[in-house]
Amino acid sequence: MESLGVLLMLPLNPYLESELDRRCKLFRLWQIPKASRKDFLYANSPSIRALVGNSAVGADADIIDALPQLEIVVLYSVGFDKVDLAKCRSRGIRVTNTPDVLTDDVADLAIALSIATMRKICSADRYLRSAAWKTKGQYVFTSKTMPIVDVEMPLNKDEMSRRHKGVIFSGKTVGIIGLGRIGSAIAKRAEAFGCFICYHSRTEKANTTYKYYPDIISLAKECDVLVVACPLIAETQHIVDRKVIDALGSNGVLINIGRGSHVDEAELISALVEGRLGGAGLDVFEYEPHVPGILFSLDNVVLTPHVGSATVETRRAMADLVLRNLEAHVMNNPLLTPVL
Amino acid sequence: MADGSAKQGRNPRTVLLLRPTFEALEDVLAKRFHLLRAWESPLPLAEFLAAHATAIRALFIRGNGSVFVDAEILSSLPNLEIIVTNCVGLDLIDMAECAKRGVAVANAGNVLTEDVAEYAVGLLMDVLRRISSADRCIRAGLWPITGLFRLGSKIGGKRVGIVGLGHIGSEVAKRLDAFGCIISYYSRKQKPSFSYTFYPNARTLAAQNDVLIVCCALNSDTYHIIDKDVMDGLGKQGIIINVGRGALVDEKELVRRLMQGEIGGAGLDVFDNEPAVPRELFTMDKVVLSPHCAVYTQESFADLFQLIVDNLEAFFSNRPLVSKVTEV
Repeated sequence: MESLGVLLMLPLNPYLESELDRRCKLFRLWQIPKASRKDFLYANSPSIRALVGNSAVGADADIIDALPQLEIVVLYSVGFDKVDLAKCRSRGIRVTNTPDVLTDDVADLAIALSIATMRKICSADRYLRSAAWKTKGQYVFTSKTMPIVDVEMPLNKDEMSRRHKGVIFSGKTVGIIGLGRIGSAIAKRAEAFGCFICYHSRTEKANTTYKYYPDIISLAKECDVLVVACPLIAETQHIVDRKVIDALGSNGVLINIGRGSHVDEAELISALVEGRLGGAGLDVFEYEPHVPGILFSLDNVVLTPHVGSATVETRRAMADLVLRNLEAHVMNNPLLTPVL
Repeated sequence: MADGSAKQGRNPRTVLLLRPTFEALEDVLAKRFHLLRAWESPLPLAEFLAAHATAIRALFIRGNGSVFVDAEILSSLPNLEIIVTNCVGLDLIDMAECAKRGVAVANAGNVLTEDVAEYAVGLLMDVLRRISSADRCIRAGLWPITGLFRLGSKIGGKRVGIVGLGHIGSEVAKRLDAFGCIISYYSRKQKPSFSYTFYPNARTLAAQNDVLIVCCALNSDTYHIIDKDVMDGLGKQGIIINVGRGALVDEKELVRRLMQGEIGGAGLDVFDNEPAVPRELFTMDKVVLSPHCAVYTQESFADLFQLIVDNLEAFFSNRPLVSKVTEV
């Protein structure tokens, strides 16, 4: 693969980067100042035959046009919404992603966010840590060192109850939008908690015992926890809108491990602030890495920075899959996980 | 019994409370029973008990922060027949003394089991996937600045050792099984109805696992069951989740290892010396902490209050207790 010119769109994984550097001719786009990128691409495009990106930075029409020798887009993600598939199709450019290897991690996170939100785990941890800066009820202002004191948990049962009482996740009704690999993995885990599973998707799935709702509003009305687990396509933009949020209601919890654009974020925020929605566990946002600050004061939300696949094990597996797809392409073997 | 009480003008459905409990629970109990609130009296406890001893057949004690019901208190209450507690744990009651005196104990039975089990799973997932840590970073406005966060660790494939495969332990196991964890356990007795691997003690359990989840009762046999040797066996990447009692773990040793990078992380709902929480823990990213609230859900409270009422009603109607503790 030494002669294979690979354009890496952003820093993804130190192991992947060093392997690409070692085995291919690696071009690191983010190291080129934006003003010089056009020239850089023009100068190097004769050798660039592969592009490695992810769900944040893929391959749009402009970059594809700038790379006349581009043969393959290899994604370090399962989402390919940032790849101009139509353009790739017309140019005969192959596209691969990393399905399956991250299914478990994303499904795990959906359940972890559900429990953290409903049981107020992060809120309790935050409460204890903030209490550490107090001495006997007074905040300690320091310059050089922060005197950390042993904290006393409140013994007043009613105060404990007010702050830390959540709602149980086990036995609740979990509604899943999109019953693909990730949605099914979420369902299997939720079932171990005694949850009742229902779902919405474009078409009803054969071979499941889960209850199907052709109408997403009815799903939202019925469930206690609504999980977004579908791909982002034109039809699923803002699939969770005001109507769905209202149907989910003041006792309902929304979990988003899909894409920020699946949810009308402005409507979500006003529903949370006004108490029309019970809570939310969010791994994705409309304008990452920007998270609306108004959420920071809420105890009924849990916020994670798009870490659905962020484990050492899975990122390694994703990196290996990227490398194996590249190898297969170079050897003219069948691609392991083609999208196109 | 009713006779004697009537003679002294005392209500036969009297329940003694030594400490305040949840207001909502007190309200519920006060509607149905005659509550004697020891803390409202100017008398020292011993005198208060002596003054009311004849009438007291039933005692309600709360958990965390309560009085330890010892031989002395029991001797002051010669007519005591039942103790009802809102806990599953019996570490605040001298059970041997109760057995000697024929005092029955009714605890929370199974109504809190799922709440605690899922909380233990939630703590483990938080530690492995760094959820509270990430949430903290976002709220500090750091995402746009730091970009990439430290990677977490995959849940599936982790070897999880359950310390105490009772009601709670088995519910924890059932859940983690679905994530692809490899479950094994140590319990006083082997449980053939479960297919998980049994280890004869906590040390051998720890040596074969990545995670220990402590779900057992606190008694003289289990004090510091998670000690230096167990932590040695668990190793530098090991994780301890404790939803039992603080004293099940050698807390000083655990804190030392966390500080020195000799253990991977911890999720702790309980502490050795509550209400104190060791100050060293607050600067650590690899721990998740909560103030003994693993049972705190709207559902558990509703079920628990109903169970307490049902036990007391059963007692005063001479019917069998609903959740009598039979095996200690």
